[in-house]
Amino acid sequence: MLKTFKIGGIHPPENKFSAGKPIEKVQLPKTVTIPVAQHIGAPSKVIVKRGDQVKTGQVIAESAGFVSANIHSSVSGVVKKIDTVLDSSGYKKQCVIIQVEGDEWVDGVDLDDTLVTSTDLDGKAISSKILESGIVGLGGATFPTHVKLSVPQGMKADMLIINAVECEPYLTADHQLMMEKGKEILVGTELLMKAIGVEKAVIGIENNKPDAIKHLTNLCGEFKGISVCALKVQYPQGGEKQLINAVTGREVPSGGLPIAVGCVVNNVGTAFAVYEAVMKNKPLVERVVTVTGKSVEKPCNLMARIGTPLTDLIEMAGGLPEDTSKVISGGPMMGKALVSTDVPMTKGTSGVLIMKDQEAHRKPMQNCIRCGKCITVCPMGLEPYLLMTHSELKNWEESEQCNVMDCIECGSCSYTCPADRPLLDYIRLGKGTVGKIMRSRKK
Amino acid sequence: MSKHLTVSPSPHVKGSESVQKIMLWVVLAMVPALAWSFMVFGLGAVRTTLTAILACLLFEFVIQKYLLKSEPTLMDGSALVTGILLAFNVPSTLPVWMIIAGALVAMGIGKLSFGGLGNNPFNPALVGRVFLLISFPVEMTLWPVNANSGIDGVTGATPLALLKEGIKSGTPISELASEIPSNVSMLLGNIGGSLGEVSALLLILGGLFMLYKKVITWHVPVSILGTIFAVAGILWMVNPEQYIEPTFHILAGGAMLGAIYMATDMVTSPMTAKGQIIYGIGIGLITITIRVFGAYPEGISFAILIMNGVTPLINRYVKPAGFGRGAK
Repeated sequence: MLKTFKIGGIHPPENKFSAGKPIEKVQLPKTVTIPVAQHIGAPSKVIVKRGDQVKTGQVIAESAGFVSANIHSSVSGVVKKIDTVLDSSGYKKQCVIIQVEGDEWVDGVDLDDTLVTSTDLDGKAISSKILESGIVGLGGATFPTHVKLSVPQGMKADMLIINAVECEPYLTADHQLMMEKGKEILVGTELLMKAIGVEKAVIGIENNKPDAIKHLTNLCGEFKGISVCALKVQYPQGGEKQLINAVTGREVPSGGLPIAVGCVVNNVGTAFAVYEAVMKNKPLVERVVTVTGKSVEKPCNLMARIGTPLTDLIEMAGGLPEDTSKVISGGPMMGKALVSTDVPMTKGTSGVLIMKDQEAHRKPMQNCIRCGKCITVCPMGLEPYLLMTHSELKNWEESEQCNVMDCIECGSCSYTCPADRPLLDYIRLGKGTVGKIMRSRKK
Repeated sequence: MSKHLTVSPSPHVKGSESVQKIMLWVVLAMVPALAWSFMVFGLGAVRTTLTAILACLLFEFVIQKYLLKSEPTLMDGSALVTGILLAFNVPSTLPVWMIIAGALVAMGIGKLSFGGLGNNPFNPALVGRVFLLISFPVEMTLWPVNANSGIDGVTGATPLALLKEGIKSGTPISELASEIPSNVSMLLGNIGGSLGEVSALLLILGGLFMLYKKVITWHVPVSILGTIFAVAGILWMVNPEQYIEPTFHILAGGAMLGAIYMATDMVTSPMTAKGQIIYGIGIGLITITIRVFGAYPEGISFAILIMNGVTPLINRYVKPAGFGRGAK
């Protein structure tokens, strides 16, 4: 029996059209637009000004607090302007716009592809290298990695879990990265283990990627303490709490962090970025993005620089299809629908999913038939139908008592509801309001 | 890029489940038992079924459109299910106007007065049946005997009624045995009874189909039938001359129909698995109490309606074990 998390979960059609497509490099665009808020936490502080000459890998915005991250130029060229521009969040955000002149890197970066496996750096030095390099969680949540690595006083980590689940339908970026950069990922994993101070790491991969499981299992032989754990295909296994539960059986307490059960979870793409940062001195300026969709001509996996317009990526996949009706940054379950394709890719862009007319629209909602399927699929053991009712009636107190804040917004309830009820929309409303009430109570 | 894009919150994909599909699976699950009733009860069963279905559809449409002035939801299939279930719950000889009255009560009072599908606390078909049973006790308990028995058009008692009568008159069970149909006959459906309740085997078959299609879970039927079997078994062991053996109880009357098709109604049963087991045990206990100690030979309709009423309470106190909330 393959492992998986203990409660809830769904299995949407996988539609991994771009599986097995080699990672192609995307040409440098004419300009890049680099938002200063690409991560969870404080937006970075811009340290360049209009007209400045910048090189690839040069810091252009500095981390503005503990939970924040450095941002580097992804190209060489001239800072054209610093302005507020529409980004993938749908809001106008501060961005540094750079006129691309070429790809001249800052000094000290090793651009060679040869594998480097050993370093003299200790855990602390690795952590500060990660901090310097602007690495954030590349699974999509973009939580600054150095924060995860600093284990709070009085707590102890005993295991690193590498999240290679990629449970979102359509996306294949992590899968392809594992196939092409397996060794680098394992070296990155070793570096993360050293930074946290643990002897053991487990790479969680779902069983729909047997080639990746086999490949990494073979490579693991050369690395001490790292093993691969094959998991049953079940969404949302890539959720941190679900993955920990699947791999170790441990349950992160409500409101707690993974470290409360001795675990630190990092995405497989992050492990690769850590390898590049520490072993190659290369900051985070590019990532793998899947461009896909049912009508997309050439679904593909691309290596693109941060700040590249999504239109360029879509061009590489054969252009925007005629019947396009919705474009999503990320996967279909948790990704964000874009207002326009004229937005830049960021550190958190794991995929661009293009949906056609019929798929894009919701059906009208019907009465709840109290089938209880939302309860069955909820991985957090909540009662989505009830939380929706509480939101409709503005019963915020009851909503809090029903643990609305535990919701991870995976969308399994809305996906499953036979009456097409927008359960998650209302639960988000409840989370927002209850969160506000809870914060004001603390003050 | 001038194309307008649709923007909505995640998730952007939807599973293939729908209310309509669920209702369709329920209807398909009832087809074998329905076909069997056509075979054994003949044209009477066809007439009863068609009347019940058409009346339910018509009342749903008319009440929604002209009385409530809302968009009729005929296409969700729930009125069709109620129609078939109502037909299943009455004798095939019931006069047409009574069936129509039953449908009116089922749809009008049982369902639409509460706000339509999803808001009704009680199973509409059962509300209709119990209304008919109380209002027209004679017509509702005149059972056509299985046409296969050779004598057409004769009415007789159900196995449960035979048993009740016999015990009332003080006859020990061993002497009643010749009158009461065998378990095999009840399993196959060679007995008298309401239209849809006679063949336990075909009802189980439909139940398995609904389990496979995930329309129902095992919790409700198993806990109801298990409870009936267990309690009847204890009574039987205490005094086999006074109480009949437990297999009889789960095969006779509406036990199968109730446990598999009526009590499992999503709208009126609890939301969590644990809640459904409590609900099922409750139905089982009330059923056997009415059958053994009550005035009516049959008790499952009342038992289900009573537990329907308890469902909101169960939902309030029986909660799923939250992830990361200490319940390992």
